[in-house]
Amino acid sequence: MSDLTRLSLTEALQGLDRKAFSSVELTEHFIAAIEAANPSLNAYILETPERALEMAKVSDTRRAKGEAGRLEGAPLGIKDLYCTKDVRTTACSNILGEFVPPYESTVTQNLWDQGAVMLGKLNMDEFAMGSSNETSRFGPVISPWRRKGGANAGLTPGGSSGGSAAAVAADLCLAATATDTGGSIRQPAAFTGTVGIKPTYGRASRYGIVAFASSLDQAGPIAKTVADCALLTEIMCSHDSRDSTSLNVETPDWTADVSRPVKGMRIGIPKEYRLDGMPDEIEALWQKGIGWLKDQGAEIVDVSLPHTKYALPVYYIVAPAEASSNLARYDGMRYGTRQLGSDLLHTYEQTRAAGFGKEVQRRLLIGTYVLSSGYYDAYYLRAQKVRQKILQDFRDVFQTVDALLTPATPSAAFAYGERSDDPVAMYLNDVFTVTANLAGLPGISVPAGLDNQGLPLGLQVIGKALDEAACFRVAGAIERAANFTTKPSAWWPSA
Amino acid sequence: MSVSKADVKKVARLARIAVDEANLEHLTGELNGIMGWIEQLNEVDIDGVEPMTSVVEAQLKMREDIVTDGHKADEILANAPKSDDGFFVVPKAVE
Repeated sequence: MSDLTRLSLTEALQGLDRKAFSSVELTEHFIAAIEAANPSLNAYILETPERALEMAKVSDTRRAKGEAGRLEGAPLGIKDLYCTKDVRTTACSNILGEFVPPYESTVTQNLWDQGAVMLGKLNMDEFAMGSSNETSRFGPVISPWRRKGGANAGLTPGGSSGGSAAAVAADLCLAATATDTGGSIRQPAAFTGTVGIKPTYGRASRYGIVAFASSLDQAGPIAKTVADCALLTEIMCSHDSRDSTSLNVETPDWTADVSRPVKGMRIGIPKEYRLDGMPDEIEALWQKGIGWLKDQGAEIVDVSLPHTKYALPVYYIVAPAEASSNLARYDGMRYGTRQLGSDLLHTYEQTRAAGFGKEVQRRLLIGTYVLSSGYYDAYYLRAQKVRQKILQDFRDVFQTVDALLTPATPSAAFAYGERSDDPVAMYLNDVFTVTANLAGLPGISVPAGLDNQGLPLGLQVIGKALDEAACFRVAGAIERAANFTTKPSAWWPSA
Repeated sequence: MSVSKADVKKVARLARIAVDEANLEHLTGELNGIMGWIEQLNEVDIDGVEPMTSVVEAQLKMREDIVTDGHKADEILANAPKSDDGFFVVPKAVE
């Protein structure tokens, strides 16, 4: 029966529906799996087994009464960036201490309203700032994947949603919530052989999600299949009057798009995503993806997004600037930790020096610098103008194509310590994903193959604004052609 | 434009983050590395381009000017490092 944890979300819901097992049984399997595996993987930073069983029990009753929601009884993991009522939420930062939100994020509420069960809170980079999970206050997540014949070096599952990706890949939840500001859903999904989508900016409410860079942050799922992602995205997205940038638009039936043929679709291949020094395997994977779509009748079109190379530098002005404003609230007065100093100013400075980790401090300093008097025009205003040109590039190509196909990351997962010395080298992880955040577009990462060390690689599909349907359709076609079924072999203790 | 130690000190003060003198040199180097890499934005012709204010073409919504929330003093104080009788207790700010 331990195979229950290996089911996809869709399969598990079918099993619950035909009473092959109950939500309590399913939840018990996950709790046991987490208990055994988590000391090795560190994917969960807070396990909530009692709450999970309570929710599962209530869920089974609801199902028995014929009142099942769309996720009735499905055990999920929640990234620690989401505020969960009465359950500690820290954004994996020391500065939040033992913060217990008195309210629930809109996205997680949407999941509970459809009957989902919460297994616990998932590890992540502090305030979602990082691409490797090593900036977490709780220590890094160890990826369930290992290099073939390697020295078993601990690999990163990517970041910032590294706990979400690792938990899904290691079957420690059916699916997980995640968030994406520069690639934090898609890069970890690519590193762990899972599927992750960042919807169009404004689709999912940001209410109750700890803010990092408000013009870029967007919620989305990480799951085992494209269909699971489509189902979760439908439920996570909603109009919310408590988020001023939430869009008042219909949420379509995306699960139906996953199996729609791509015949006749025009798929753009942006030449600027071919980087100097990019591993041959990434190029080969991209060509394979192009071939699969061509075989299924899509038309491949070479396109150009000329300002692509400026996306990361723009991001490293805009995101830290917004973060320096958003994180000004952590002053040790109303919640979180306080380090008493000799006077009020000293108390603020000591509180923030002790509470924020190195990477967060670095970004707050950059953000404050680019917004400071005399530098605002040279940095922030210029960046927002270049950002406009990046968006215009996309608008131009979407006149002629329905979606874009790119690699998800410039490499496979790396080992801890291999990249962290040079911040700019670490930032380059997001080179293919950050453009979609700057332009507010939907992007999905779907596993497409393994590199020569046996590690997963992903392809990314970027769609027009509000056209997640195209992302799901093309990702579905890639999923069917790639037939990626490899799972990491469990080196961690199982239940 | 290169970032000096004095700049980092000033910015750290503005950001309300205490930085050790010993760490200043290292931070200045890192910030210079990042800001130097960002300088490439100067290559882009931005003449006549409006700065982006929003990625989605949506009007900010207006709502009735009425109270929609409140009476949650206990919830608001629940996470305070220090509170007393319905108030946050903070260090002395005015002599």
